[in-house]
Amino acid sequence: MTYDKRFDGRGFDELRPMSAKVGIVPRADGSAMFQAGNTIAYAAVYGPRDLHPKFLQNPETAIVRISYNMMPFSGHGNRVRPGGGRRAKEISMVMRNALLPVLNLKNYPNSVIDIFIELPQTDAGTRAAAITAAAMALADAGIEMTDLVCAIAAGRVEDKIVIDLNYEEDSHENGADIPVAVIPNSGKVTLLQMDGEVTREQIKECITKARDACKKIYEVQKAALKDRFVRGK
Amino acid sequence: MQQEQKTHLIRALSKNVRYDGRKALEYRPITVEYGVSKSAEGSARVRIGGTEVLAGVKIETSTPYPDTPNKGNLMVNAELYPMSNPDFEAGPPSEQATELARVVDRAIRESKCIDVKNLVIKAGEKVWGVIIDICTINDEGGLHDAAALAALAALKDTRMPKLDENNNVDYEADKTDEKLPLSREPVEVTIIKVGDNFFVDPLSAEEKVIEARLTAGVTEKGTLCALQKGGPAPLTVDEIDKMIEIAQKLAPELRKAL
Repeated sequence: MTYDKRFDGRGFDELRPMSAKVGIVPRADGSAMFQAGNTIAYAAVYGPRDLHPKFLQNPETAIVRISYNMMPFSGHGNRVRPGGGRRAKEISMVMRNALLPVLNLKNYPNSVIDIFIELPQTDAGTRAAAITAAAMALADAGIEMTDLVCAIAAGRVEDKIVIDLNYEEDSHENGADIPVAVIPNSGKVTLLQMDGEVTREQIKECITKARDACKKIYEVQKAALKDRFVRGK
Repeated sequence: MQQEQKTHLIRALSKNVRYDGRKALEYRPITVEYGVSKSAEGSARVRIGGTEVLAGVKIETSTPYPDTPNKGNLMVNAELYPMSNPDFEAGPPSEQATELARVVDRAIRESKCIDVKNLVIKAGEKVWGVIIDICTINDEGGLHDAAALAALAALKDTRMPKLDENNNVDYEADKTDEKLPLSREPVEVTIIKVGDNFFVDPLSAEEKVIEARLTAGVTEKGTLCALQKGGPAPLTVDEIDKMIEIAQKLAPELRKAL
């Protein structure tokens, strides 16, 4: 079967409309919202702050904890039971690995940086939106960073490589979903997952296209951060 | 430290002024935004000053409880996210979250805002389940009143989902235009007592020195549909009467934001 036209009418390399806002949770040390199509991610950062119990502290570095959570009403179909499951745990872990390479944590010994992700509305690509939001929130919190991190899902639907999959494409039976996180200035990949079936050539094409897409995301992130700091909003 | 804050607050309240310049019985600005989550059957965002709460309604089909075959299911849950306040911890619902959810539940259930008898699809076999989840985004005090208002706003925003041929919800189909039948509009007003003073809509710093609190669910007729006393200090009958009078007076102000 061929996939001639995307379910929502976009071009095969076209991203969903994006928007971003920094400073959405005033109580937090840093926070941001990122929206891609109908997927919305909120991120809030607390820290560096004291880590208890004390035996968890590392005198050489801060540690980073991430909690990814879907709000109970944010899923497709039935209510998502609060409390998180195996999926949320895994996503939190791969998100941490996606963000750690840009963080200079040595200057915050014995402390913890907590990143909380909440999703009020989802339509696939939640971990990518969450990483993109978390990177802005970390910058907003003033954590020492060498770069931002941008993320997007690429994938295959039938015979076509597509970028920024929505729920309909993500759940299509003949296809693959490949979330990718990229450090925009070096182009290095900090998160890569895949489910589905693809060839080696297709993987390379997906990652290349995801990297190109991340350049656009990077611009949205920078604009949102500037909006917060330059105009002092 | 807390004692000093309390002394300071009492002195300010005696001049009818608050930390942020408000009068004792004055709310911060209240805004309500509808349809903030397309994933939910109904949703709303309520802001009272810097405090922000989201509420979402999921509509499911389920089997009735054996002892109430002719009643649908209603559930209210509150998630006090650690995102919204550094004092909130991740994990199972705290006492505070449970109390918040139960008091909102009580106002909606007891006012018959949602009459669970109207949620029956087939008696004894299939009923609607209405689940309201209240999620905190930023807590700068006064969560009770914001949560109850958000829950009511989300219910008003709710559109029923389609049923398939087996009377199960078809989430792939678009929602219908049919609203959830709501017969009443309960809101909650929380009155705080410190010293001999009463005030509403506390800031986080003011919540730390609360002596007693009374949350009252008030319907659009001015009748009461839920009460919850909180805080360690006891209240006299006269004080309770005065607090209820304040709640009845201020409830329309909250409802006006809907």
